[in-house]
Amino acid sequence: MSNYYQPEIECASREQIRAWQDERLVKQVRHVYDHVPYYRALMDDKGVTPDDIQSVDDLHKLPFLTKDDLRDAYPFGLLAVPLHDAVRIQSTSGTTGRRVVAFYTQHDIDLWDDCCARAIVAAGGTADDVVHVCYGYGLFTGGPGLNGGSHKVGSLTLPMSSGNTERQIQFMCDLGSTILCCTPSYAAYLAETICERGLQDQIKLKAGIFGAEAWSEEMRRDIENKLHIKAYDIYGLTEISGPGVSFECSEQTGMHINEDHFIAEIINPVTGEVLPDGEKGELVFTSITKQAFPLLRYRTRDICVLSHEKCSCGRTHVKMSKPMGRSDDMLIVKGVNVFPSQIETVLLNKNYPANYQIIVSRENNSDKLEVQVEMTPEMFSDAVSEISKREKELVEALKAMLGIYAVVHLVAPKTITRSEGKAVRVIDKRNLY
Amino acid sequence: MIVKQISVFLENKPGRLAEFTRTLQENSIDMRAMSIADAPDFGIARVIVDDAYKTACVLKDAGYVCSITPVLAVAIPDTPGSLVKILDLLGENNINLEYTYAFTTRKVDTAYMIFRVHDTEKAAELLSSHGIQLICQDALNQI
Repeated sequence: MSNYYQPEIECASREQIRAWQDERLVKQVRHVYDHVPYYRALMDDKGVTPDDIQSVDDLHKLPFLTKDDLRDAYPFGLLAVPLHDAVRIQSTSGTTGRRVVAFYTQHDIDLWDDCCARAIVAAGGTADDVVHVCYGYGLFTGGPGLNGGSHKVGSLTLPMSSGNTERQIQFMCDLGSTILCCTPSYAAYLAETICERGLQDQIKLKAGIFGAEAWSEEMRRDIENKLHIKAYDIYGLTEISGPGVSFECSEQTGMHINEDHFIAEIINPVTGEVLPDGEKGELVFTSITKQAFPLLRYRTRDICVLSHEKCSCGRTHVKMSKPMGRSDDMLIVKGVNVFPSQIETVLLNKNYPANYQIIVSRENNSDKLEVQVEMTPEMFSDAVSEISKREKELVEALKAMLGIYAVVHLVAPKTITRSEGKAVRVIDKRNLY
Repeated sequence: MIVKQISVFLENKPGRLAEFTRTLQENSIDMRAMSIADAPDFGIARVIVDDAYKTACVLKDAGYVCSITPVLAVAIPDTPGSLVKILDLLGENNINLEYTYAFTTRKVDTAYMIFRVHDTEKAAELLSSHGIQLICQDALNQI
């Protein structure tokens, strides 16, 4: 079984991949320098010109981009083509509430879809499959990405989007879904529900492509056993395109990065120095084929390891480990990026004290976000309804900022630990890494 | 005629009320009445004490969030219909009752209730003018 969507690319020689990267990088740097004043200024500051970049060996000379740059340049500052040529935006949350907006030309959508198609075919997908996509659709890249990939493969695509578990299971049974695409926690929830109802015999799933949040090997085996499928990991981020930046093959020992489109580096998150293969550090991507939103040396803040070891699947592209942590304080809750600073912004806007604590837990395979705030004399009222009303307003403001529901808990004054140095704002009880 | 009630924020966790009452005990504060209003994740303890000012200071020092709420302490004769009469009076005069709770005293023939209304002054005048006995702060210690 070959399971390749573009074998000539996926199994190309290392020399060939390197040749593509060299040629595309040089062209891309010129494109960005000429069309993105924001990045040109960063290059000028560093004293680097497009002529200094002759091959991948020169990549380290380029300045980094971070999420802060995306925020500063919002919304059009990093756009590299006239708006006329852009056909789509996708978006994800940013550090202090300002969203990250990524643009795509039709060419960019096509290459993104190709990347997702590679992931689907690697998971055994063909034109005879029924691909059940219950990632969210809309601004979130999960749904549109896998949807596009499934179209490329020619599979029957069910654009289910997230939620409504009843309907998900009914369609799965009635239409014979064979490949399930969603977050691992939702897959675990679906698996549990299907088992509880004794519907295992009525589903025809053979594989699952699960990403957008961290999950353990244990969780993978649990989902695989309950649904009798093989579960594949997929990785991506809106800034670089969306899901499909890398994907797992049948070996399940890491995700192949689509190196014909994205160059990966591992750096020391403190010094920015490039680390050799096999060392753990922060993953940095350079997008070498995208037109509208081509980020160079974008720091993902994901900590992982790259491996060039030969893979039994025949693919030659470098493999990245599952992310093992973050070099910033971003949390991924229910597949959604959450920054503590976003929560702080909401609290301060609503005149709450800056002393708060965020507790993330996983109950029944579903993430739970809880925000604890201390009661103050100014907020206190003798009427329960007044306090409840304020709590409700806070829940709604958090929902508007984060896009997900958070439980608000009012606690007694001085009960949230004050620390000497950096405050411990986040308690993640999920043990993800 | 107005009585000062202390309202205190309490987390909805085991032992919190005990902790609170221990604080009162340690400061020799005498409680005349108490009621708890509960929401899913917190509660408000409402207490009538012998010394409202001292209690507020003690609680503040102990780290509690509390407030002083004006309420009425009403003597209810122990005869059928006496509460109805009082509530009718308030209703007919468009005075909304937010909450109420009863408490016992050493006297046996009278019941007492705390009334929390929006317009405390108006309610106090109204009830007094109809011969209903209101207990003032100082008198609370005598009953």
